[in-house]
Amino acid sequence: MGNSQNKIRVLIAKAGLDGHDRGAKVVARALRDAGMEVIYTGLRQTPEMITEAALQEDVHVVGLSILSGAHMTLVPKILKLLKEQGLDDTRLFLGGIIPDQDKPELIKLGVNGIYGPGTSTQTIIEDIQKACQ
Amino acid sequence: MPVNHAQAVLNGERLALTRALTQIENNTAEGLEILEALFPHTGKAHLIGVTGAPGTGKSTLVNQLALAYRQPADGTIPPRVAIVAVDPTSPFTGGAILGDRVRMQDLTGDPGIFIRSMASRGSLGGLAAATAGLVQVFDAAGFEIIIIETVGAGQAEVDIARLAHSTIVVEAPGLGDEIQTIKAGILEIADILVVNKSDKPGAENTLRALRNMLSMAHPEGKHINHHGQLMEIDSETDQTGNGWIPAVLPTVATSGEGIPDLVSSLNAHIDFLKSSDLWQLREEKRLKNQLETLLGTALRSRWEKSISPDIYQAALAKVIKRELSPWRAVEELIQGAGL
Repeated sequence: MGNSQNKIRVLIAKAGLDGHDRGAKVVARALRDAGMEVIYTGLRQTPEMITEAALQEDVHVVGLSILSGAHMTLVPKILKLLKEQGLDDTRLFLGGIIPDQDKPELIKLGVNGIYGPGTSTQTIIEDIQKACQ
Repeated sequence: MPVNHAQAVLNGERLALTRALTQIENNTAEGLEILEALFPHTGKAHLIGVTGAPGTGKSTLVNQLALAYRQPADGTIPPRVAIVAVDPTSPFTGGAILGDRVRMQDLTGDPGIFIRSMASRGSLGGLAAATAGLVQVFDAAGFEIIIIETVGAGQAEVDIARLAHSTIVVEAPGLGDEIQTIKAGILEIADILVVNKSDKPGAENTLRALRNMLSMAHPEGKHINHHGQLMEIDSETDQTGNGWIPAVLPTVATSGEGIPDLVSSLNAHIDFLKSSDLWQLREEKRLKNQLETLLGTALRSRWEKSISPDIYQAALAKVIKRELSPWRAVEELIQGAGL
């Protein structure tokens, strides 16, 4: 304590209009237990709100939960806004219901990892730790 | 490089600001140099502390306060508002959930507001070790109002009173009887007492209990600003010794009820501090406190560097076996470090 500490800071956001935040909360809790600082922002976040919070909180990682099917609209917009703010080094992870055929396109856009139902939280933790090294 | 970084913060660049906050929170060498360069530009902002038990509605109240400051009723140019919200770090894993932003959704999209969450990272007084540093960065960057929200505080987390000019203690109905109100600790540091959720049953009782508590602390009832005139308070009867009698205000933060009164009370408090020499006194006290904290941390880290971990472990093992008392061990460890 008292010395230099570099904690991994993660923003967990629910983008879009659906109200199912169970998954986001489970992941938030798992990352907390892995020693990360998790900023939880709640439901119905617009891309602008998410980017603004990512800037103000200076997070290493944005974890997005999308179950509404709007990922092909929301994700490119968030990536573009992050870049505009100068946050090119922020990693974006995606959870929720993402059809397999959309995954290659999302990864190509710059998403670091995509996690569907049944993913072990340990996998997510390890991927985030690796991405932040 | 840190000097350029500090200049960018002074110029109002948000990316530079957020990166500076991170460096300072992580206590890096660069962070210290940035603070060093910003320090001469600090001392202008009104620092407002918001503390109280978990679940009393602190974040929601902060949300409403910031909105009120950003939309002045008289149409004057609104001040820029920074919010530093502290939540607890797990003592077991070192992780944290910082959830205060959830209640501050109304504030997004306003470039005159900047919210930063921080984890307490092992500090026990309701703030994090780096909170004072973050506040100084916001101050230098030209935020006129800085609201500091503590972790959900119980009875003794009173660090905020040493940092803020005005401390708001938030209570809610049903959290205890009148005995709770006469205990030492958190209620003593309030410049303003807020009973939030005052639409809930029992709010009248809580308000009455707090007002009774205050009338015991200020038995003569000599009000300041009585009929618009600043009245003398006999220091023998005024236990706080500064002549300010805290207001007790009911609010409903979810609807915004009572917020205009809270803002007026905050403005009255700042006028009071500035019209007496208390503003200066609080500034001096805060800097003294910061100096002492930094000195303590620096001494400790110097001690850690000058003693080998083996000697420490050996002493600890002896204490655990009860061959050495903790007091004697401290003496030996300090001497062993040659300090």
